[in-house]
Order: sequence, then C-alpha cells, then structure tokens
Amino acid sequence: MTLFWHQLRAEQLTFWRSREAAIFVFLFPPLLFVLLASVFGDGVEDGRRVSSYLVAGLIGYAVANTALGGLAITLVIRRESGLLKRLRSTPLPGSLYLTTVLLSNLLIVVLQSLTVIALGLLLFDADVPQQTLQFVVSLVIGAACFAGLGLAAAALIRSADAVAAVVNVIVLPMSFLSGAFGTTDNLPPVLELVADVLPLKYLIELVLATYVDGDPLSQHLGAIGVLAIWGAGGYLVARARFGWEPRER
Amino acid sequence: MSSVMTSAISVSGLRKSYEGVEAVRGIDFEVAAGEVFGLLGPNGAGKTTTVEILEGYRQRDAGDVSVLGFDPGRSERAFRERIGVVLQQSELWPVLTVREVHRIFAGYYRHPRDVDEVIGLVGLTEKQDAKVKTLSGGQKRRLDLGVALVGDPELVFLDEPTTGFDPAARRNAWALVRSLRELGKTILLTTHYLDEAQQLADRVAVLRDGEIVRIGRPSELTASAGVQIRYRRLGEEVVLETDEPTRTLHELTGRALAEGFELEELEIRRATLEDVYLDLVSEEGT
Repeated sequence: MTLFWHQLRAEQLTFWRSREAAIFVFLFPPLLFVLLASVFGDGVEDGRRVSSYLVAGLIGYAVANTALGGLAITLVIRRESGLLKRLRSTPLPGSLYLTTVLLSNLLIVVLQSLTVIALGLLLFDADVPQQTLQFVVSLVIGAACFAGLGLAAAALIRSADAVAAVVNVIVLPMSFLSGAFGTTDNLPPVLELVADVLPLKYLIELVLATYVDGDPLSQHLGAIGVLAIWGAGGYLVARARFGWEPRER
Repeated sequence: MSSVMTSAISVSGLRKSYEGVEAVRGIDFEVAAGEVFGLLGPNGAGKTTTVEILEGYRQRDAGDVSVLGFDPGRSERAFRERIGVVLQQSELWPVLTVREVHRIFAGYYRHPRDVDEVIGLVGLTEKQDAKVKTLSGGQKRRLDLGVALVGDPELVFLDEPTTGFDPAARRNAWALVRSLRELGKTILLTTHYLDEAQQLADRVAVLRDGEIVRIGRPSELTASAGVQIRYRRLGEEVVLETDEPTRTLHELTGRALAEGFELEELEIRRATLEDVYLDLVSEEGT
C-alpha cells in the first residue's frame, strides 16, 4: 500500500512538473469551455441552459482528452525512452505501476471536471450537479472506458513522435461529432452514424442525464453498455499488444 | 556453503533464437560473488541477449540459468530486489531532479541505501537539484548507475556503460565501477571496448556469433597468444609471430650479424588483448 501511494505521488509529480502536459492536457478543456460558453452560453436549448450543456460536453471532452490522449502519450513516450523497460527490472510490480498511472489520470479528470463546474457556476450561471453521486459514477465509468482505449492506443502506436498527433486526430473529431462542443442536431446522416458508434456520445449522455437533467443512470443502461463494450475492447487489445520495451530502436 | 552462495551467476547450455536465427548458441560460464565479469564481443555477438536473459527481460529457449539462486525467467520480485540494472539506453523522467528520481527508485526497494550517499557515490551531489533533461550524456549515465545502486543490489548489470563517453568521462566511470567492486558487488559488464574489459574485469568471456570463443583473465588471454617481433629491412616492415621468442630472436639476430644488416626499429612485444580479441572475433569457422 505504501508503494501504491509512493508511485501515485511520483505520477502526480511528473504530470504537474511537465508544463506542456499540464497546460495541454489539464488546461485545454477548461479553456475551451470558457471560450465556447462566452460565445454560446446564454441561451436555452432543448430545455437546458446552453452553459450547463457545455459543462457536460466539456467534461466529456476532458475525459477523452486525459484518459485516452494523455494516457497514450505518457505511456508511449515512456516506453520509447526506455523508462518502462527500466522500471520492469525494479521490484515495482507492473500491474501496480499501470494502476497508479490510470488512477493518476482519473485524479486529473476529477480536477478538470471540478474546474469546469466551478467556471460554469461562477461565470456562466450554469447548474449545479442534479445527481451528484450518480454524476461521479458516470465520470468513473467514462474514465475507465477511455483509459482502456488509451491503453489500446498506447499498445498500437509505435512512435513517440507520432503519438500526440495520432491521439489528437482521434479525440478532437470524436469530441466534435459527439456533441462535446455544442449540440449536433444538424449532423449529416453519415457523420451521425459515426457518432452513434463512437463511445464519447454515450458518456456525454450519462453526464447530461446525471448532471443537468437529474435522471438516474438506470434509465441509461444502453449508454453504459456501449461504454463497457468499448472499454473492454480496449483492455483486450492492450492485453494482447501492450509491451514494455521500445519498439523503434 | 553450497555453490549457490559462492557463484552469483551460473549459465550452462544457454540458447536463444529470434525468428529462427540463433543469437546465443549454447554458452556456459560462471561468475563468482564479488567478481567483475566482462562479456566482450562485437555488435550482434549475443552479449545483450545473454544479459537480458540474466536480467529477466527475455525467456531462454534452452539451458540452465541461475542468478543469485533465482531463475531470472520467472522475474520474481525478490529477485528484482537484489539486482541493479543499467540499460544501454534509458531516459528517466526528464522533468524531475536527480534527487527526485533517486527517491522514487529508492521507494521501490525494501532496504534502499541512503539517497544522498548514492548521489555522492556517483558524483552528482552538485547536480542533485538539476532536472534530468539538463544533464550531460555522462551525467545521465551516472544517474542511471545511481538508480541502479539505490536498492543496494548484490549484483549490478552494466550494459555498455561508457559507450559515447569522452576519455575523461570513461576514466571517471571506470573509477566508479572499481569503487563498486570495493563495495563487494558482483558486476556483469558488457562492452565492445577492449581496454575497458582489461581495466575493469577480473575475467572476460569473448563472444562471437553467439558462442564463447575464449574465457579467462585478461592476462591469461594475452599470455596464450604469441609474441610479435617487428623490424624494418630495406624500408619494408617485417612482422614475425612466435611462441618461442628467445629462439626466434636468437636466429634472427644471428642472421643479421652474419649477413651484416641492421634490424631497424626492432620491437618485441606481447600481443595486447586487442590483438587477441581481433584475432578471435575475425577467425572464420573453428
């Protein structure tokens, strides 16, 4: 247990010490929220305050950006630099290491969400969470699902130079199509089909339900199912393909 | 006590192939506790494969391997408590300081050494608050060595520890390895620098194409080689190799006196480890 806290502290230290990660991974979602809410945040749409909608959307984006993007970038860079291989020869168990990396990411997702919520309350008159506990559960489900996808991405992406570009090409369009930056009522049918398949739409559905609408999660079991399938698929790919040793040497 | 106590590493019949190509073809050697053992050979000879099997990174195809009494293929945590590893290439967290990196690694071990002491041992005290990314190449290797020592291992693996160093940095690294020996550590060193093996290793195994072609003390390797006699005659360099230098030299000087010519730039020298080594690794067949 001490080893767990020791490593979690180390993970947090490296995250916050690296300013690029802290700015791009942590600050980007709150920043986008402020921009979008400043432009579109005033009205009411589908019976919801747009600012409240954007809180939910940007929390969804934060989960995808941190748990999928940030995690994949961290792991690929550490693998290619030889750090993961080096850690393998210490007594630190590999499973414990990955667990602390995942939980460290979850912690960052929680802090990002709190930041977006606080900005929404202070600046844009957004709602407070309607179902706080179920909202937290949604967040954990989403982070677990996207962390699985992040592990899969880390397992599949070979190069440290390419990883940031690749994850952004995945995360940004997905976020746009899934309604993270605003409602998507006018999507062309093909893109709507794509959005229907991707997981982020379903995470945003859960956050909207618990945070804005006050619906219980039990009314959204389908969305939970889609997230579970994507997450499980990610963990299976990672299990089959994840490696500790540099690929490009 | 049993041989497990005196022998830190014991390898017999070790084999490893990658996609049908045999990288290691049945090698045997023992490393005694407290010994500095060098694996010497050109790139592709199987040094790194051998070391990575002993470190627990790779599974062997065949053979018996015991490292500190453990089967490294099982990579047990108790085993990893007792070894220290310096890889050829690894970049530790660039944004952390030397001290932070040492403290993180120290936390992985049950009985770590004092972090300040280790930083002092590898000569990074003045750099302890510097971020890893600001260190020079040599300083980064010293950091690698520091984190390999922070768990107070009995056995340290050094994979090409001075590749890319300037001469002064190499001398410093050698002094460091000698100080490890004085601490009683067993060291397995791979290198393709002969002078390094000669300077540091108690015994050396020369690898070629996955086989050990010679094993022994550096002095034994050179003793088994002949003596070279060189001189110039009519501007041409003549080199004689002999196992009987006294007789050869006597005959040579006798002939020179009788025929009345001078042995210009006459030189007699024992083959260096480098001569032996180049000879060994360039031989065809055997």
